[in-house]
Amino acid sequence: MRRIISVLLENEPGSLSRVVGLFSQRGYNIDTLTVAPTEDQTLSRLTLTTHGNDQVIEQITKNLNKLIDVVKVVDLTEGPHIERELMLLKVKANDSQRAEIKRCVDIFRGQIVDVNMHAYTVQIVGNSDKLDAFIQAIGDADILELVRTGVSGLARGEKSLRL
Amino acid sequence: MELLSGGEIVVRALKDAGVKYLWGYPGGAALHIYDALFQQSDVQHILVRHEQAATHAADGHARSTGEVGAVLVTSGPGATNAITGIATAYMDSIPMVVISGQVPREKIGDDAFQETDMVGISRPIVKHSFLVKDATEIAATIAKAFFIAGSGRPGPVVVDIPKDVTAPNHRVPYEYPEKIKIRSYQPTVKGHAGQIKRAVKTLLGAKRPVIYSGGGVVLGDASSQLIELAKSLNAPVTNTLMGLGAYPGTDDQFIGMLGMHGTFEANTAMHHADVILAVGARFDDRVTNTTDKFCPSAKIIHVDIDPTSISKTIAADIPIVGPCDRVLQELIDQLDSSDDSQDETAIAEWWVQINEWRDRHGIYTKPRHDASEGNIIKPQDVIRSLFNVTGGDAFVTSDVGQHQMFAAQYYLFNKPRRWINSGGLGTMGFGLPAAMGVQLANPGADVACVTGEGSIQMCIQELSTCTQYGLPVKIINLNNQALGMVRQWQDMQYSSRYSSSIYEDSLPDFVKLAESYGHVGIKVTHFDELEEKMAECFSLKDRVVFMDICVDRSEHVYPMHVAPNGSMRDMWLSKTERT
Ligand SMILES: Cc1ncc(C[n+]2csc(CCOP(=O)(O)OP(=O)(O)O)c2C)c(N)n1
Ligand SMILES: [Mg+2]
Repeated sequence: MRRIISVLLENEPGSLSRVVGLFSQRGYNIDTLTVAPTEDQTLSRLTLTTHGNDQVIEQITKNLNKLIDVVKVVDLTEGPHIERELMLLKVKANDSQRAEIKRCVDIFRGQIVDVNMHAYTVQIVGNSDKLDAFIQAIGDADILELVRTGVSGLARGEKSLRL
Repeated sequence: MELLSGGEIVVRALKDAGVKYLWGYPGGAALHIYDALFQQSDVQHILVRHEQAATHAADGHARSTGEVGAVLVTSGPGATNAITGIATAYMDSIPMVVISGQVPREKIGDDAFQETDMVGISRPIVKHSFLVKDATEIAATIAKAFFIAGSGRPGPVVVDIPKDVTAPNHRVPYEYPEKIKIRSYQPTVKGHAGQIKRAVKTLLGAKRPVIYSGGGVVLGDASSQLIELAKSLNAPVTNTLMGLGAYPGTDDQFIGMLGMHGTFEANTAMHHADVILAVGARFDDRVTNTTDKFCPSAKIIHVDIDPTSISKTIAADIPIVGPCDRVLQELIDQLDSSDDSQDETAIAEWWVQINEWRDRHGIYTKPRHDASEGNIIKPQDVIRSLFNVTGGDAFVTSDVGQHQMFAAQYYLFNKPRRWINSGGLGTMGFGLPAAMGVQLANPGADVACVTGEGSIQMCIQELSTCTQYGLPVKIINLNNQALGMVRQWQDMQYSSRYSSSIYEDSLPDFVKLAESYGHVGIKVTHFDELEEKMAECFSLKDRVVFMDICVDRSEHVYPMHVAPNGSMRDMWLSKTERT
């Protein structure tokens, strides 16, 4: 099963490599990974998506908690949550294709953030499925470049991951 | 506040962390620290002959005392030489702080002379690591390192210090923190009450209980609680290789070590158990054999301080996270006040069954190997003789191989912290330097290093360190002129094709070698002289003695789990007989 795991991490040199190292050392999967400092500059928030059976996921969260630099860990998929991912993609957009792509971007509530004679740069935000669906939808278009941020997310309601 | 240089701060902080002995080897990046060491006498530095030995010696100190071992090495090759010893400590959860010199800050990343990314290289084999960026951070970092290494599930911690941070001309205020608090690190101090209640109920309901205790009971100083609990339950106890001594080896409720080379009765009892209380043990693959076939009818209660050890390879029915001493004490207290009671008839029947297993194939009810005779000395008899001569009360370190398993099987340890071996990593070369660490920490005690002619040659240079510091360890070399454990596997699985497990007459004369370092060498080739020479060895209190004992090369270690695909109870009992 796919899981979204959120980690509150000391913003120290080397702490990210310990998290990543743990995954390669123990043969766990990382599908996406995002990390940035939080409103508290001493802490970073790291979100990763992974997959595995319940036993593997349990070991992943326990091993993350065991890292000295890790302050808190939560598996967001255990409860209601919001997940978002941002995708930028550059597609070939010549005369006939331009309108079609624009329509598609509108349907997905995306934005065209850069334009030139031959290409559009499109931004789409949503959960990962929506991003996948957009790529499917413009199937015929020629994708020149694509970048995704990886998933980040928060639990719904008042529940929060903090000190 | 006192103003000190970075180098002086390192040494002062070590002293304030309680370090008496610092095992190490100097080099460029560590020289400021060495100069500070020279100018004081609180922390004694011991110069080894190879950095691997420094880590093993500090490790031996830690295992025998429970204190945190301390090591100092230089950057580059000094740091990489320490890696094997750090990994050894990590696998067995041994508290240790390793300080490594690093190239100056502005040179980091330039491939400078003797630069290596020590924090990076050691990352998978440390509990934690630090790179110190400023002299003002040294004291607090060292304090944290000792706290992390010694608390919770212990382990090695690396502190990498760039040379310029220790420079003598830059002086900063010295302050060693009185209390250490790390917001992201709070080891569990108490077991879950509800789980303990369930465990008590399950234990009292058991008809065929077994207590399976491991290295965590030794590290967690929970031996007395383990004994009390086992006595009150009248349950059989088996120890892992790492747990030997936590339950007295000569007590009647002790059924021997379990696992790959465990006793017939321990492995068979585990297989048939209805309740297993695992304490400070981690269901290692050298214990469980095939996990799918592991103990089919057992409910498993698993006590461990490290949540990641629980349900890692074998699912626990009742997991209890907490320090072994506290949790066992809570179990004892709740047992005493419980309204439930044991089925004493069932327990009595269980003991009848276990005693029948002991009689059938147990190695303690009668010898299961051929007798020693003339110039054929059986390695098992050497360990028996060692046990007799030392009254079962020596510190015994070991290397890795057949000799290690014979020592584990035949030296019946009655106290924790007496059996010092590399269980998790299985590091040949561990025995002699570990013995030095044990000897320095326990002056006057009998310290024996049980080794093989293969293993001893991996750190034999340390005989020189023993000379310099007067460390009178006794080396019991079970010389079978082969990498015996490798040879045994080649006998069993490769039709006796001895690929690179023999030396073709290239072994040194160990007696002369020992003598050249100023030690006593004793060669034993006849069984008749074994006990007498063993006694002579231990009568030479102040000398290093190298006992070179020619043992039967054809001997195998039994029992041995049938693998792959065997269960706990599937064992070879001799070269021809299996369960
Ligand atoms: C550093 C290291 N290299 C290789 C091994 C693999 N190994 C395990 S036992 C063994 C043979 C040990 O020979 P010896 O020390 O003579 O002991 P014996 O088995 O003969 O008693 C070897 C090579 C190891 N455990 N450690
Ligand atoms: Mg040998």
